[in-house]
Amino acid sequence: MAMALETQFHVLAVDDSLIDRMLIERLLKTSSFNVTTVDSATKALKFLGLVEDEFRSFESSVASEIHQDVDVNLIITDYCMPGMTGYDLLRKIKESKSLKNIPVVIMSSENVPSRINRCLEEGAEEFFLKPVQQADVNKLKPHLMKSRTKEENEQPLNNKRKEMEEIYSPNKTRLRCSS
Amino acid sequence: MDGLVQLQKQLVDYTASLFHEGFLDEQFNQLQQLQDESNPDFVVEVVTLFFEDAERLLNELSKTLGQPSIDFKKLDAHVHQLKGSSSSIGAQRVHRVCISFRNSCEEQNVEGCLKNLQQVTHEYSLVKSKLETLLRMEQQILAAGG
Repeated sequence: MAMALETQFHVLAVDDSLIDRMLIERLLKTSSFNVTTVDSATKALKFLGLVEDEFRSFESSVASEIHQDVDVNLIITDYCMPGMTGYDLLRKIKESKSLKNIPVVIMSSENVPSRINRCLEEGAEEFFLKPVQQADVNKLKPHLMKSRTKEENEQPLNNKRKEMEEIYSPNKTRLRCSS
Repeated sequence: MDGLVQLQKQLVDYTASLFHEGFLDEQFNQLQQLQDESNPDFVVEVVTLFFEDAERLLNELSKTLGQPSIDFKKLDAHVHQLKGSSSSIGAQRVHRVCISFRNSCEEQNVEGCLKNLQQVTHEYSLVKSKLETLLRMEQQILAAGG
């Protein structure tokens, strides 16, 4: 029995619009990605194993990271979503020790340069204008190959703690999607 | 055999006219390209979703505009959704009206919004009927062995 040289890439797609979820899923599947879709950033964080601990009463929020067997190679998210925006999600991912190396791509129906720059500065790999095209999705593989090579080259971290805890500064400012 | 060829030609001509008149844009082509043997109903599914979504949103828009005190943020949020879904399926004229509609919301222009609602309702009913015709023609072709 021959061993597969590489496993399929797993993409997590986040969008509150059902139509757009259908579209992005089809686009990703035609590129042979494994796809999971969720309709909110909160659900995305849950899926990624980054859950906010509501019972702590620290001044700043504490996120406990649960070891997840879920292996996500790329996250593609809509920018403008009710509740937590795609930008908020991007920030939380980049602030997380275990998730920050996962490439994140932002999608938006609005071509706002300041928005695009803000996302790229925060660490998004790409910014796609909606409606997303096959040509856009074709740009994803290089980012995934890069991450995979990086993972293979990195030494495992020496972590004595069983449970990883992170403290990050509370983000009280809600960004309006129209800004 | 002749009947099938004729149906196919009619479909090509009809689709071309929809593009020519601006009802549909390139995005609709993208949708069709995403349909294949393993996903033979993709276009029908997405278009049906669009109909459901649009009708729900048009109802909401009408309700919101009918309030004594209009919530423009809510209005804008609904228009934004409709703008998004119409763009995603290539319903160009609906998408265009939504852009104007958002401007009216931003300006808190009640008359503008009422006019835009009328326009978007009209454009939606047009594109709905045309898409239904198009999908019906495709069904006929399939039934005739195409």
